[in-house]
Amino acid sequence: MRRFVAVRLLHAIVVLFLVTTIAFFLIHLAPGDPFSFENSNIPGQVRDQWRHQFGYDRPLIEQYGRYLGSVARGQLGFSHSQRLPVSQVLALALPRTLLLMSLALALSFALGIQLGVYEAMHWRARRARVTNAVSLLIYSVPDFWFALMLLLAFAYWIPILPAGGMVDVVLHPYMSGLEAFWDRVRHLLLPLLTLTLLLSALIARYQRAALLEVLPTDYVRTARAKGADERLAVRRHALRNALLPMITLGGLAFPALLGGAVFVERVFSWPGMGMMVTTAIFVRDYPLILAAVIVGAAMVVLGNLLADIAYAWADPRVRVR
Amino acid sequence: MFAEAPLPAPAPARRVDRTARVALLVLGVLYAVAFLAPVIAPYSPSQQIDIVAMKNRPPSLAHPFGTDRFSRDVLTRVLYGARLSLSIGTLAVLVAAIVGTAYGLVAASFGGVVDTVLMRLLDAMLAIPRVLLLIAILALWNPLPLWMFVVLLGLTGWFDVSRLVRAEALTVREREFVLAAQSLGAGRARIMIRHLLPNVLAPVIVTTTLGIGNVIVLEAALSFIGIGVREPAASWGTMFHEGTEVFAGTWWAALFPGVAIVVTVLCFNIVGDALRAALDPRQLPRAPRALVGTRTAAGTATVQ
Repeated sequence: MRRFVAVRLLHAIVVLFLVTTIAFFLIHLAPGDPFSFENSNIPGQVRDQWRHQFGYDRPLIEQYGRYLGSVARGQLGFSHSQRLPVSQVLALALPRTLLLMSLALALSFALGIQLGVYEAMHWRARRARVTNAVSLLIYSVPDFWFALMLLLAFAYWIPILPAGGMVDVVLHPYMSGLEAFWDRVRHLLLPLLTLTLLLSALIARYQRAALLEVLPTDYVRTARAKGADERLAVRRHALRNALLPMITLGGLAFPALLGGAVFVERVFSWPGMGMMVTTAIFVRDYPLILAAVIVGAAMVVLGNLLADIAYAWADPRVRVR
Repeated sequence: MFAEAPLPAPAPARRVDRTARVALLVLGVLYAVAFLAPVIAPYSPSQQIDIVAMKNRPPSLAHPFGTDRFSRDVLTRVLYGARLSLSIGTLAVLVAAIVGTAYGLVAASFGGVVDTVLMRLLDAMLAIPRVLLLIAILALWNPLPLWMFVVLLGLTGWFDVSRLVRAEALTVREREFVLAAQSLGAGRARIMIRHLLPNVLAPVIVTTTLGIGNVIVLEAALSFIGIGVREPAASWGTMFHEGTEVFAGTWWAALFPGVAIVVTVLCFNIVGDALRAALDPRQLPRAPRALVGTRTAAGTATVQ
């Protein structure tokens, strides 16, 4: 097991190195540089001075070497649009996205697995077919549009929830502890609802398929033959094996949520990674964009790694190999 | 080997087929609409009917989907949007299918070092979040011509396909008919194209069909934040204007293109699922026809 983890960690480092390289060149080979598209009132000399200051006048290979060197030392560069080190910008934005994502993941796995089990257990009943159709429908809805429709419903037509942001910008500093907490919850509700509903529809579909695959196996039949009622046979015997694909799905959903969060965060002005990266891109803040891609890739790699380890822990058949 | 029991059907086969047939019909209509948009649409997509009097009008008989903030007919733009969105989705997915199949086949049939290197590279590309990569390229290289946008959507979407193709080709490679072809003197290229390719197409078709929906959503999302298809061109994604409709209260301009996307994606998902059931019985829980309707479906076990 230790060897397995060590090998996978080494792979992860190679992958992250490749990602950094690919992303670096894709971004730096783009026409222009961070200072060629700003305000036309800025004279050329000033721009040249900035370029020199941030090293954009050096040969690309040298820039690449310097970047790798600084990343290896744990420094991700300096964001010239925010005038802060990239690590500080990330330290602000990442926890906000992680808060949204971890809540969405936890809720949607809880909801999706229950729904999937229900649909698989009653696959012939009309109600289960209806919920299955509904989950397929939700699964086909674009996240940003769903977010827009929620905004329309709950911030415009029935204005009971705030339209965006994390807290009430004006009043939050004056609120008492409980009020401030409630303010945060209210701002969290709509983005969380969007991500949770869409993700749980996906999870329900996978869970249903996984369970339907396990239900006709011999050991479930044995459990039934020995007198276990349907609930017990499904929950105790079948579900345990049908939960295995959920581990893989969890490893995949974690980074996928980051991608979805880009658009959802933008609709709800949630100041996390997604907002950060879209604003960074429009002001051509190269170090910030690169850092976002690397963090995203690290999340993918980490998700896969954790899923593999969890799988080996949960499934003895994998461990023996 | 591994004994697989037949699985209970999620719904009686006939119903699945009927749903899939309806979905296919809807898709046919959508493609027809896309093709015939200039004939059906009451206006031209960029025609500003009356910029003062006809701005942001709610749905009415004359304009069933209302008009947008530039006083353009939303129905017309949804119809024309089908053109761009469907063709972008279809073409991008084709690019992905071709690149992915070629990559997977090469990896599988060369094997050894080539395979290892290609797969490590694939791991790296799979690790880059597609959305972030696309946003970065599209925004920094802007403005890209439309065909480049389509190619980019394709080039960031083939990784899954090539994994599937490689896995499938690796098993097909060991089969007797490939050995027979080899011993008859067939070269690597011939085996790849004549013997491996036809046998790996089924999963490619399924993932491609399911992928079209994904790409249409992705195109819409990118156009929504203003870096995919650009105004005044009408794709379903450009019609949202970053959601400003919602706060202006002109819900019709945001609702109808979204509904068009949902219907399209839903149909592609249904057809994709049905194709998977038809082409690859191992992947979808579904019983052979003879067993449909039996409660536990624990009948004969097929041994592979």
